[in-house]
Amino acid sequence: MTDNNETSGATPEDEGRVPKRVIGTPSPVGTQELLPGDEPEQGGTGYVLDEKKARRAERVAAAFFTLSFVAGIAFIVFYAVWPGHVGNINRAARSNYTLGTAMTLILLGLAVGLTIWVRHLVTTKEIVQERHSISSTPEDRAVFNQYLQEGSRESGLGQRRLLRRTLLLAAAPLGLLPLVLLRDLGPLPEKKLRHTAWKNGTRLVVDGTGQPLKASDFNSPGSIITVVPEGAEDNLDEIATGAVLLLNLPVDQLKVKKGRENWHVGGIIAYSKICTHVGCPAALFEQTTHHILCPCHQSTFDALDSAKVLFGPAARPLPQLPIGVDSQGYLIATSDFHEPVGPSFWERGRPKV
Amino acid sequence: MKWFTAWRRRPWAGYAVVLAALAIIGVVYAGASPGADRAQASDTKVSAQDVAKGKALFDQTCSSCHGANAQGTRTAPSLIGVGAASVDFQVSTGRMPAMNPGAQIPRKKRILNDEQTRQLAAYIASLGGGPPVPAADQVDPAHGDSALGGKLFRANCAQCHNFAGSGGALTGGKYAPPLDKATPTQIYEAMITGPQAMPVFNDTTVTPEQKRAIIAYVTQTRSEVNPGGSGLGRIGPVAEGLAGWLVGIGLMVIAAMWLTARKPKKKHND
Repeated sequence: MTDNNETSGATPEDEGRVPKRVIGTPSPVGTQELLPGDEPEQGGTGYVLDEKKARRAERVAAAFFTLSFVAGIAFIVFYAVWPGHVGNINRAARSNYTLGTAMTLILLGLAVGLTIWVRHLVTTKEIVQERHSISSTPEDRAVFNQYLQEGSRESGLGQRRLLRRTLLLAAAPLGLLPLVLLRDLGPLPEKKLRHTAWKNGTRLVVDGTGQPLKASDFNSPGSIITVVPEGAEDNLDEIATGAVLLLNLPVDQLKVKKGRENWHVGGIIAYSKICTHVGCPAALFEQTTHHILCPCHQSTFDALDSAKVLFGPAARPLPQLPIGVDSQGYLIATSDFHEPVGPSFWERGRPKV
Repeated sequence: MKWFTAWRRRPWAGYAVVLAALAIIGVVYAGASPGADRAQASDTKVSAQDVAKGKALFDQTCSSCHGANAQGTRTAPSLIGVGAASVDFQVSTGRMPAMNPGAQIPRKKRILNDEQTRQLAAYIASLGGGPPVPAADQVDPAHGDSALGGKLFRANCAQCHNFAGSGGALTGGKYAPPLDKATPTQIYEAMITGPQAMPVFNDTTVTPEQKRAIIAYVTQTRSEVNPGGSGLGRIGPVAEGLAGWLVGIGLMVIAAMWLTARKPKKKHND
């Protein structure tokens, strides 16, 4: 229990060197003193001002205060006489400039003026307050220790084991209670993440116009369009999971997966637009390479090969929507997606192979 | 290096370093956007003479890559069936004739004039049809519904060209060009022909009326004012946040340095 309150080691002065100066801080040489504590006591003001310099500083500070005043008047004038901000979004730019500049000058003038005042005209002597030791005195510690041991003896906590153990037992569930609260983070999303608005017979309609598409309309090689389920064109919740990228690919280059032979219509193929990484719209399509890119993290999918991941952080291919043609020639979905769209979630499970 | 060490110790050296850093950041951000060059589509009347002249032009400037009969070679695609719209787009934007093959043929100062472009287009169209150059009314932004155009643009174009048409990067050195210089005719032609890596939006998928709406949106977006001052390339919150942090915090650092720097004062007994 030894207290060592003396500062250990030698001060820089003792070692005969001066600490390196950081750029932007003033030079340690010259008239200034960083620690005025070892100066002879004077009482009263610590510094005298060079009257000529002081008058100049006073004028500069006053000029900034005047600037602040003028800007304040200008703000009121701009607001009242030349507003520009009322009723027209395009004129808001003008009022942003005028009012913003005026307000900047008001506050800047005040701040700069006050800073110059403090830096050049204030003559208060600087004082140093010594820091005291943080730890308690040895006497206080000894008394505390004594009280603690007396309390333990008098209450019988040390001897009565049954009491001590049941007390701890009673406290244990209390510590576990916060874990129970985690249950309220639910309920689980049930089947919502596994299904979209697509089902057998839903027509593919163009996002934005709602027009259904015939296979014969979407007949140019290298085409792309964003489609949504018919009936959900304005339902943002459904579009959020059901947005689909419709592509027209060269059918002879298509590598169709086993079991997906009837999922495309002569090279017209549909993939979920939602990236399997974190759910950005993966919709940058290069006609020349047949790659689909996600703009967020550069996941790249091969549209010819079941949207297989070629590059990037996505872990799974984009889910493919099985499509067909109805009796009138319109493109329809023949079922929902066969796997959940979008990013992974805890209880998603492994993708079906 | 002695002068540099001395300079570095000056009281204002710190401010100068911060200011220089800010200036460099500012210069990097200043994107130059020169004015649009106008290239209007010529009328579509075609004569046998035009086709003959176009053939002569083709032999001279295009056949070395696209083949003597425009059938395509290992370096360049076939032009049979691409149509007059494709020729007009590629030639009026200066992309063709290309200077050198690369990941992407860039837009540049055009080499063939309107008349030559029309003749070349007539020749290519005579080989296998294809989409014609759109009429002036078909691409007139004044007749387009820019709200609908905005909807379609954000769903189908913005992923590559950015929501304000500022362009963006693709893979392997390819990129979606900014749309600030594209004329209404060129925008229409690009949609219908799908130049380079761009996919095709044919007239039965996106109707001519809807294409005109998209053109109206793209051209109106250019004249949109920036109420916050600079648009910062209109590439979205990343650029805005970066500028706010660097410039705003830079100014705060300078202010903090000024406030805390100690001013030497004369002592009483001096």
